[in-house]
Amino acid sequence: MQLTEIRIAGFGGQGVILSATILGRAASIYQGLFATMTQSFGPEARGGASSAQLILSESPILYPYVTQPDILVVMSQEACTRFMPELKDGGILIVEQDLVRISALKPNTRVFSVPATRLAEELGKRMILNSVMVGFFTGVTQLLDRDAVARAVADSIPPSLRDLNLKAFSKGLDYGLSQSATVAGGEFEDVAYLED
Amino acid sequence: MKADPQAVLTGTHFLDGDKACCEGAIAAGARFAAGYPITPATEIVERFASRIPSVGGTFIQMEDELAASIVLQGAVWGGAKAFTVTSGPGFSLMMEHIGYAAMTETPCVFVDVQRGGPSTGLPTLPAQADMMQARWGSHGDYEIIALCPNSPQECFDLTIRAFNLAEEFRAPVMFMMDEVVGHMTEKVVIPAADQIEITPRRFTHRSKFEYLPYGTNGDMVPDFVPTGQGYKFHMTGLTHDERGYPNMTPQAQDQLVRRLQKKIRAAAARITFFEEEGTENAEVIVISYGITSRVAQRAVELGRARGLKIGKFRLITAWPFPDEQIRRLALHAKALVVPELNLGQMVREVERAAAGLCPVISVPHAGGGVHRTDDILSALVEVMP
Amino acid sequence: MSTLNPVEPLLRSDRLPHIWCPGCGIGITINCFARALIESKIDLDSVAVVSGIGCSGRVAGYVNLDSFHTTHGRAIPFATGLKLANPKLEVIVYSGDGDLSAIGGNHLIHAARRNIDLKVICVNNLTYAMTGGQSAPTTPEHAVSATSPYGTFEPPFNLPHLVEAAGAVYIARWTTFHVRQLTRAMSEIFKKKGFSFIEVLSPCPTLYQRRNKMGDGLDTMKFYKEKSRIRHGAPTSEVGLTLNGEIIVGKFVDRDRPDYASLMRAQYVEALGDRYVECRETTCN
Repeated sequence: MQLTEIRIAGFGGQGVILSATILGRAASIYQGLFATMTQSFGPEARGGASSAQLILSESPILYPYVTQPDILVVMSQEACTRFMPELKDGGILIVEQDLVRISALKPNTRVFSVPATRLAEELGKRMILNSVMVGFFTGVTQLLDRDAVARAVADSIPPSLRDLNLKAFSKGLDYGLSQSATVAGGEFEDVAYLED
Repeated sequence: MKADPQAVLTGTHFLDGDKACCEGAIAAGARFAAGYPITPATEIVERFASRIPSVGGTFIQMEDELAASIVLQGAVWGGAKAFTVTSGPGFSLMMEHIGYAAMTETPCVFVDVQRGGPSTGLPTLPAQADMMQARWGSHGDYEIIALCPNSPQECFDLTIRAFNLAEEFRAPVMFMMDEVVGHMTEKVVIPAADQIEITPRRFTHRSKFEYLPYGTNGDMVPDFVPTGQGYKFHMTGLTHDERGYPNMTPQAQDQLVRRLQKKIRAAAARITFFEEEGTENAEVIVISYGITSRVAQRAVELGRARGLKIGKFRLITAWPFPDEQIRRLALHAKALVVPELNLGQMVREVERAAAGLCPVISVPHAGGGVHRTDDILSALVEVMP
Repeated sequence: MSTLNPVEPLLRSDRLPHIWCPGCGIGITINCFARALIESKIDLDSVAVVSGIGCSGRVAGYVNLDSFHTTHGRAIPFATGLKLANPKLEVIVYSGDGDLSAIGGNHLIHAARRNIDLKVICVNNLTYAMTGGQSAPTTPEHAVSATSPYGTFEPPFNLPHLVEAAGAVYIARWTTFHVRQLTRAMSEIFKKKGFSFIEVLSPCPTLYQRRNKMGDGLDTMKFYKEKSRIRHGAPTSEVGLTLNGEIIVGKFVDRDRPDYASLMRAQYVEALGDRYVECRETTCN
């Protein structure tokens, strides 16, 4: 795997950090890759916003921060607006479709949408939306081995909620596998480049 | 001796540096921690507070950092291995007790997860601007040991080393993390307890009739005395003689302060840990530590890809400073480049050690983030002959 | 053959003569302390004395016990660590009013709040003596000091009231005139579990008494004798000290509440059950 930069963002309570932790754990512990996860602290983390940066690579990761994500996962409108300008051209955008309305895109962005909250609610617990999102991420990006991610989900969740989260993971995964990307075209709206 | 298998969380984990530091402390035998809440260090003792009741030990949250930095020393004299964790503002408040630990030869570990300063500065964002404070922050002459991890794995490994050095030298050891390393999550491999070497406290074998609390056995480090065993010893932060009694004379001062300095300096070659790569044929060598060493490494790789001859030298031990190694580098390099998250601290040490043998270039950063790789790379390119 | 003074084994005679001035009351308090140790038949190996900085801070250096001379104001937190790491120790904090209530005031109230099992002996000479007689938080209003040459005007702390409010389980005040009562109080606190506090009013003839024209050590004893009134159980709000007024002495508070270690244990047992590993004695590996 080439060095892949991922940002996951939303608001507090959506399991943003946990999602990044699960993916990082899957990569580093079960797939022998290198993974570096950092959370956003400081002004970026205010107002209930939550954001995690995850870098995956086959070789040791040196620079600790995401500079231009290859993959951006957004679970809130604010996160989408805020981080979209960072996304690499031709990158992948994953959105919580009920919470985010895409109004601007970079060219060649491959967009995947999932009603993660709704799918979680169908399973009976809104708070497991992060496992749905992790499953969906795994399905659409094909970046990580699904068994590795499932094990990382199991590791990261207390026993009483483990089965439910694994179900949520599978549901998200299946949903992801059934999707094909929408490639962004002419609706690109120029946004100022923000340096990290 | 080996670590306690009941306490060591053997396995492969995905942990941040703060938590890894806590696990390192527990593995090293720390059974007492004191803290006062402060960003970005407090996660270390939060984990300790959660873990230690089922390991067997004590966490106490004190009323301020002054208290935290001395309650732990009481615990050390009570028989525990102990540490405290803080960040800049709290570190400033702890300075007096770093000197007290040096003077009374109390083995303990101070963890400073560095953030931007001065004053309240940038609570949630990184800096490496407490490096000189770690060395010189307390009043008077003393020598200090300070280590700088650059990953969560090293937060685990080097915390154990910090505790071991504290016991070996009966000295406070500064564990100089930074916000990025503290908050960054990576794979951390915690070995089996029997793979972890622990330095036990050097308790005296002498009877209470022939024991001198500050008498030495040739290696300049006195043996420790247990409290409550009838030794009826005295210890003080005043200048003292071998009996531990105050002695207000220039002779006693000379003897004591020189020994406190010498016990560490004499061992410098053995305890200055560093990482060196590609320096033999390098024209320019980048010298860095902590999180900056990783950004510097990236710059080195990009520079080499362009055909530049760049070497790297990473300080793992910041104090005592590796004078000899730096001098050796300065003898053949065309320049030494020192990026750090401050406006020029360790670069002064590099200049001192290089002693004019080659130019030393500072690449400062005021903190709040890390260098852009390009900033370091262009500094390297600029000094290329 | 001369008979050995019974307190002599409790002193480091190899360190004598001591540094205190003629007429100073600190020596009297040590005599009482030593006698209390003897009378209470406590295992002397298990007693540790922790002092801060100042004239009274030097007590640790003269008692033949495990003794710690710490930093200014920090005797209590040092003693806290010592006690928590080694609960079998009987830890005595022996220090002065400035050390304990000014620079160490925050630790004083928090240790009382936590009810750490420490015995605090506060030698109150109403001034900073070691540094030349400056005003302390205990200096009575209108007293002259090196830093209040025209008389103090800051209201002082009433220490018994302060530590009672903070949670101490035993509080007494005596003067160096009341050697029998002081000795008894010191014996009593060895039997208490929790934060115990004895304030001992003690003369500093060299600085405080001289500046305030109160005579020498003997005159101060007469002053203590005349002005003291024993009122056991007096409300601590009524025992504040003034420059020349009555000195209320006695045992003001003697109550029980669980100490820090018991509370900690109870909480962990409730929360963790069998998973709690009690730390009886921290043995250092």
